[in-house]
Formats: sequence, C-alpha cells, structure tokens
Amino acid sequence: MNEDMNRKTRNFILNCLALAALVAFLLWAPGNLDRYKLRIINLIAINAILGLSLNLIYGMTGMFSLGHAGFMAIGAYVSSLLILTAEQKTSMWILEPIAPWLLNLHAPFLVSLIAAGLAAAFFGWLIALPVLRLGGDYLGIATLGFAEILRILIVNLTPLTNGSLGLKGIPAHTDIWMSYGCLVAVLIFMIRLMNGNFGNVLRAVRDDEIAARTMGIDTFRTRVLAFTIGSFGGGLGGALMGNLITAIDPKMFMIAQTYSLLMIVVVGGLGSITGSVIGSVLITTMLEWLRIVEDPITIGSLHIPGIPGMRMVIFSMLLIAVIIFRREGIMGTREFSWDWFFPKKTKQRPISERPVSDTKGADAG
Amino acid sequence: MRKVLLAAMVCLLAAGGAFAADDVIKIGFYNCLTGQNAFGGQLELEGTQLALAEIPEVLGKKIELVVVDNKSDKVESANAVTRLIERDKVSAIIGTYGSSLAMAGGEVAEAAKIPVMGTSCTNPLVTLNKRYYFRACFIDPFQGAGGATYAVKTLGFKKAALLVDVANDYSVGLNNFFKQAFVKLGGEIVSEMRYNSGDQDFTAQLTEIISKKPDMVFLPAYFAEGAIVLKQARELGATFRFMGGDAMDNPEVVTLGGEAVEGFLHTTFAYDPSMKDMNPVAQKFTESWKAAYPDKDPNVNAALGYDAYILLIDAIRRAGSADPEKIRDALEQTKDVPTVTGLTTMNATHDAEKELGIVEIRGGKKQFIGIVTPEA
Amino acid sequence: MSLNMFIQHFINALGLGSLYGLIAIGYTMVYGILRLINFAHGDIFMLGAYFVYFATIHFKLPWGVGVVLAIAGATLCGLLVDRIAYRPLRSAPRISALISAIGVSFFLENLATVVFTGMPRAVVQPPWLMHPIPVRGIRLIPLGLMVPVISFLLVAGLLWIVYRTKPGLGMRAISFDIETTRLMGVSVDKIIALTFALGSALAALAGIMWALRYPRVEPFMGVFPGVKAFIAAVFGGVGSIPGAMIGGLALGFVEIMSIAFFPTLSGYKDAFAFVLLIVILLVRPTGLMGEKLEEKI
Repeated sequence: MNEDMNRKTRNFILNCLALAALVAFLLWAPGNLDRYKLRIINLIAINAILGLSLNLIYGMTGMFSLGHAGFMAIGAYVSSLLILTAEQKTSMWILEPIAPWLLNLHAPFLVSLIAAGLAAAFFGWLIALPVLRLGGDYLGIATLGFAEILRILIVNLTPLTNGSLGLKGIPAHTDIWMSYGCLVAVLIFMIRLMNGNFGNVLRAVRDDEIAARTMGIDTFRTRVLAFTIGSFGGGLGGALMGNLITAIDPKMFMIAQTYSLLMIVVVGGLGSITGSVIGSVLITTMLEWLRIVEDPITIGSLHIPGIPGMRMVIFSMLLIAVIIFRREGIMGTREFSWDWFFPKKTKQRPISERPVSDTKGADAG
Repeated sequence: MRKVLLAAMVCLLAAGGAFAADDVIKIGFYNCLTGQNAFGGQLELEGTQLALAEIPEVLGKKIELVVVDNKSDKVESANAVTRLIERDKVSAIIGTYGSSLAMAGGEVAEAAKIPVMGTSCTNPLVTLNKRYYFRACFIDPFQGAGGATYAVKTLGFKKAALLVDVANDYSVGLNNFFKQAFVKLGGEIVSEMRYNSGDQDFTAQLTEIISKKPDMVFLPAYFAEGAIVLKQARELGATFRFMGGDAMDNPEVVTLGGEAVEGFLHTTFAYDPSMKDMNPVAQKFTESWKAAYPDKDPNVNAALGYDAYILLIDAIRRAGSADPEKIRDALEQTKDVPTVTGLTTMNATHDAEKELGIVEIRGGKKQFIGIVTPEA
Repeated sequence: MSLNMFIQHFINALGLGSLYGLIAIGYTMVYGILRLINFAHGDIFMLGAYFVYFATIHFKLPWGVGVVLAIAGATLCGLLVDRIAYRPLRSAPRISALISAIGVSFFLENLATVVFTGMPRAVVQPPWLMHPIPVRGIRLIPLGLMVPVISFLLVAGLLWIVYRTKPGLGMRAISFDIETTRLMGVSVDKIIALTFALGSALAALAGIMWALRYPRVEPFMGVFPGVKAFIAAVFGGVGSIPGAMIGGLALGFVEIMSIAFFPTLSGYKDAFAFVLLIVILLVRPTGLMGEKLEEKI
C-alpha cells in the first residue's frame, strides 16, 4: 500500500514535470521554429485529437466507423460560420445570397469550438440511434454513407455553406497553444474516462457484448454514448483544422480523410491512447518528411528530376510494412507508463490487476 | 526504387551542409503534380520550366525554381506554400491549378507577405481582399459573360441548358456567371442539371436535357469529364451545340471525345497553337514547346505556366530586387507585358486583364475562331 | 415523362447498373470468403483498364488479345497483392488487413501516377460496339446491351464454380470456418489465391467494360466506381453473388431514376443512393440477399 502511495506521488510529480516540459516547449517553439515546422506541430496535435476520438469509437468500443470526416466537416463549418464576420460572408457568397439568419450569427472562437463539438456530437447521437444497431462492416458502410450524405448536403445547400466554393479567410485562431491546450484537455478526459468505470464498461462491450449484457450493462446506451463523445472530438478537431488551414471546402472531408485517421489509429495501436498520439506524430511527420523523395536531386553532374507521386508510393509501402510486421500497431493496447523507467521493486502484477493510477501519465505527448 | 531512396538520402545530407548562396533568386512553384488535377498541374509545370530554360537569370542572378506538389489537396496546398516560404525561403511563388487550392495556399502566403502569381485559378475569390495574390489569368465573370455574348449575339442561341459539376468550385462559379449573362442578354435557361466530380455516367442528365430541346448546353467542366459528356450526348442522339470554358482547353479533348466533340465551342485565353496571327511571345513559346515536347501540343495551361513566370520575372526586373515586398509592388504596376496569351495588365483586383478567345473544334482540330468582348 | 423517355432512362439505368454489378461481384467474392473489404479492388479495375489500353493502342494488338492479356496481367497483380499484403495477415485482426488494403490501394493509385502520369488517356472504342441502333426514338448501343449479358453469364458461371466444383466447395468451407477447413486438409492458401485470382479477373473485366463505356483511363478511375460497387455489394448482401448483381442494378436504377423523376434535385443523386442503402441496412441488416451471420457464443 505504501509503495502504491509512493508511486502515485512519484507519477503525479512526473506528470507535472512532463506538462511543464510541454509548456516550456510551447513557449520556446514559436520564437525558434519556422512557420512550416509550427504548422506540422499544429497538425500533429489536431490529428492526435481526431485519432483519439476515432480510437474511442473504434479501438475502445469496437464500433467500426468510417464517418469521421463527416463530423470533422460539421465542426469545421459550424466553427467557421460562427467566427466569420457578416462582411466576409457577404463578399464570399457569390452564387446565392447567404441565409439571412446566418449572416449576423457571430461568436468568439472558443465558443465556436465548443459549438462545433456540440453540433458534431448532436449529429453523432442522431446517427447513432439508428445505425448502432448494426454491427461490424455494416456499421462501417452505414457511417460512411452518412458522412457522404452530409458532404453532398454541404455541396448543395449553398445558402448555408457556400457550396463547393467553401469558406475562406477564416481567422487563423489555431496556434500551438490552442491545439495543444485542446489536446491536453482531450488526453486528460480520455485517460480519466478509460481508467474509470466507464472505460471498463467500454472494454467489456467491445470484447464480449453478450457477456457485458449478462452483467447488466445497457450495451446500446453505452455504445451511443461513446459514439457521441467520439463525434464531439471529431467536430472539435475539424474546427481546429479549419482555423489552421483558414480555408475549407467540402472536398476536404472525403473518405480519404477518414482513411488517414484510421491509419493513425491502427498504426498507433487500436485501443491505446498513447498509440494514437504516437501514430499521429509518426504519420503526420512521415508524410512531410517524405517530400524529399519528390525533390529534384543533383549529385555532381548527375541530375535526377523529382518524380511526382513517389512520396505516396513510398508512404503506402511503409504503411503496408508496418501493418505486416507489427499488426497490432506500435503500442498494441498498451499504454505509456512511468513504471517503464523504474526497476521493478516488487513482483509486478498483470496489467489488468494493477491499480488505476498505473496507466496514467500519457499526457507527455 | 532503392536508387531513388539512396539518392534522396545523399541529397538530404548534402542539403544539410549546403549554404544559401547569395547569387541565387529562389522562386517557388506549387501545383497539382499528383492527385485528381495532376493533368493540369503537370502541364503548367512544363510551361514554367520552359520559361525558366529561356530566362534562367534575372538581375545577374541565377533563378532556382523550387517545385512542390500540393497533391490536388487543400491541406497539402497550404503545407506546400508554408514549406516554400519557411524552408526554402523563396522570394515569390507561382501556382496553382484549381482555385480552391490557390485559396488555401493564398492564406499562407498572405500571412507571410510573399507574392504569388496564380496560373489558371480563375475564381474571383482567389484574389479577393488579398494583397499578395496575383494571377496570370482572367476571372470567371469575364469568361462567363464572354461565352454568353458569343452564344447570344454571334450564334443567335435563345434557349440554353446547363450541366454543372456541383462539387467543383470552378464549375459552379463559371456556370453562375454564364447563366446571369445569358439571361441578361435575353436568353432563357430551360434546364439546369447537376452532377458530382467523379461521375462518369451522365445519361440521365442528358436524357432530361434532350427532352427540353435547348439550342445549346453550357458545360463548365474539366476536359476529361467534358469529353465523356459530349460522347454520351452524341450516343443519345443530341444535336444541340455544347460550349465550355478554359478548363476544356486541352488537346486531349479531341482524342478522348473523337467525333463527338465536333463543333464543340469553348472560351479560353487568346492562345492556341492553331492561331493564325500569333504574337511573337506565343510564336517563341510554341516553337520551344515543340522542340522540348515533340509528341504533344501545347495548351493554355502550359501557356499560363509560362506566362506566370514571365510576369514574375518582369516584376523582379522592374523592382530591381528580389525583396518580396518590392516584387509585390512591381507586380501591381504590371502593364502591357507581352505574354503568350496577349498583352497583360494587372488590374486593381490583381487579375490579369487580357483578351478572351473562342475556340471551336472543326475537323478533329482545335480552331481559334477569334476574340470576343463580353457585353453583359 | 413520355413513355419513350422512360424507356430511355430504363436502358441507361440497365447499362450503368450492370456495370456496377460487374464490379460488385468481384468485391463480394473476396468478402464472402475472407470477410475482407478489398479496397484495392477498384485499383485492380484501373490496372485492367490500363493494360487493355496499352495492349490495344500502344502495341496495336487486336481487342480480343488485349482483353485476355489485360485480364491475365490484372490477375497476376491481384495474386501478388494477396501474397504480399494480405496473406501475412490471415490470422491478424480484420482491421489490419483492411488497413493493408487501404495501403495497397494508395500504392497502386500512386504507382500508376508515377508510371503512367496523371494525364487521362483516351480509349478507342471499336466502332461496331458504339454504333447507335435507333428504335422508335430510343437510342441503344450494342455495348449497352453487351454489359448486362456478360454480367448475367458471369453470375451463372461463378455460381457454378462456387456450388458445383471442388475449389468452390473449399471456398464455401473457408467462408464458414477457416481454421476447421485448414484442419480438414484443404490447402486454404491456394483456395484463397484462387479467389483473389477470380476476383481480380472480374475487376479487370469490369475495368475493361468501364473503359469501353466511358472511354478514358486515369490512375484514380477506380476510386468512385469502387465505392459505388462496394455499396452495391452491401446493398445486395455481401457474400452473395446474385445479390451483388441485384445490388448493382438497384444502385444504377436509383441513380438514374432519381434524376429522371426529380430533375431539380440532380445534385443529390448520390445522397439518394446512400439513404436507400442505410434504409435497407436498417430493415434488413445483411442486405437484400445476404445470409444472417449467426453470432457465435
């Protein structure tokens, strides 16, 4: 017991240190890194948020969802429509006039972020009620269908969304403080959620629904709740993305967007919070780093022109290799723990029997 | 593959040890080299590279063109511009095909205060309220009005149907401007049908349009889709004329559409290899293109890639410096610069003012019909 | 709507629907046996179309030879994909194979961009396939009639393979329980390879027909038809060969008829298809013809 106490105190201190290190990094970064690197660092945080929210739906609760791009779209549009000024809106809607009630709707950025999350969560809940009765791949295709329907609506409902012209001139509110602030909040929420009773309920539903039901768990309600929370994360991530890119249109939210999130989650490890963060760091940076293979190369007198497309060829080969050689992803279902750095003092108990505090501390990402 | 990787590694190491030379002016180029718009971006790159080969130096300094792919994707487009500005420290940027991509890239360039010369991004929103975005092309309201003027005044068409790609910003924009002008000139829109980017079957829309018996159909599509539409219309027995915009200006239209594209009209920039009285710049461009790429015809994308470079070099020369702010100021003063697509003047909204041409496909060949002045 | 117009729409829908069905059959074969959504199916489809393009236009081979070569080439590619990207993951969780399939799909699309460039290329249609036959104001083209006929023949042939031959028995056994089948001494990998070979050949054939109907090839041409066929397969009940055909036809009819009856809503065409799909799934979660998968306790 005493040792547990010690470890708790130690982990608490280490968590604080990690958080302090992150704050120090965020203070240091804007003055010392160029905008390109900052952008990538921002994208990592946003992708991590999106990955975590998809992981909650798929990895932790076992619901195969291909609809995340749809929630992102809702978030991005709701947030952007709230922060754009009436003047900007009038000049942008060149095809059809904007719906009058929307024109003067305005909210500060933070409010718009929350509204974005809530709107996505609401739609998530609405979709969840009918489709979560489906299982497996059928759920996947149904959620994909919803995301596509949503995109088609955005394209066609010009007075609300400006159609395929999209929105531009969105103020660039997403700085690293904002994105990492959101990421830390999401991480703390996720860690508490998964280490609490609800986490156990989710895992039970994922691993054996029938057994969970026999134990008196309302599995349907649990799944709906997890799906709704996950959609909130999707909306939040979409809103942050919109404010980072500052221009959005329906094409951004096609199925390929969901695929790339799925990659982050699976490469990191389904069901692992740490994994989603690692997956986001890896996939986001790798996609950027691989740009060098498309640059023209001159070695002495030998000139090799850049080969367009080569980057994605290599990226997809690496992706296949990772999946084949580490099929459960980098982390599997494990989580980061400070205990990794300390020699075992007593005989370790299996993970499942360890006290909750053991798996804390993943917020160092 | 291994060789490329190895070479890439070596390059990375070399780049690490390299130093920024003072006698080089870096110009960035971002465009769709892969992804769904790759056909347009690659042509523009070839055009720019051709211009670079002809004018490799300005102000006694060598020009280095840094090429970055935006994958026809908005997020990548913003990344690409950020990378050009921050990593490669370019003085100015050229790009891109696709207005939505230009908008995403434009936001980044605007924040960094680096001037950009757009190639074929014709949507008015690209340069709207932008201090640093310019373009070598005209914009869609001008083009749509020109098309409508030609249809109503010259060809005497009264009833038009529209077939628009609702998921494509270029298509809906141009469609809208054509529609407004056509109605203003006394014409009537009998049907407006929509499809989505990526669709390949248009038989339902065409059957519906045929039943409305229009004089013409306005088809603001990209060429690959447009040619398929024309083909299917012919199979369904359509006899009305089709008209499109500059995105239909590609030699492949004839190859893709075969006999079905006979009589197809489109508005475009005042350049076509079939032009009779070509200006000297256009002549030179056509010759060097044929020398460099003997097996394919040049088109307006290639020409605009070439023009964008020329306009940028002209501005750098007048600015007397590679300072981005000075280049921007000089770009704003651009007046009557001879380019492939005619004398180019930059207007107050940073859009190139140039002539609008009409091309018709006759006998399986693109024929430059003439210049049209929009009346609506 | 006049009767003539309706018939014209009907013919259009039949042509489009049977093409969807043709692609969906390949999807459903692989899914039925491996429970793997083979995202690369649309890309094998693309390769098939490219192969026939190169064979007939670059090497000036006759159409028949080109088709055979293209199917053989695409089949080989399908087998390679299975061997390299799917077989090592046979015992892995299904999501791993799915991500691998997405990876393969990205790989093939971008490799095609590198090798063939992004430029769409024109396919030259044999004139006799395209010559319209006007029947009382309705336009028919021979190709439009050929696709449904080929599709129906293929369905019959595949049903014969699956239900009347030994490898077919193996396929059905694998779809029921892969481990038990292995223990029974059936060479599971060979049967699965055969399934992939068949699926890829079908994809290639569909790609060729598609390239004939919509005469151009480009690296991303398989993406949209792939998604549509996937929907069609689910619609008809994944795993069911006649179901895929029916799903494809249903999808074609929904797309065309939604425009025919609601011309002002033509922008929502794909939304109609998805709404119908979701409704079907909710009413009959396993699709029109799918078998109910019993939950194992």
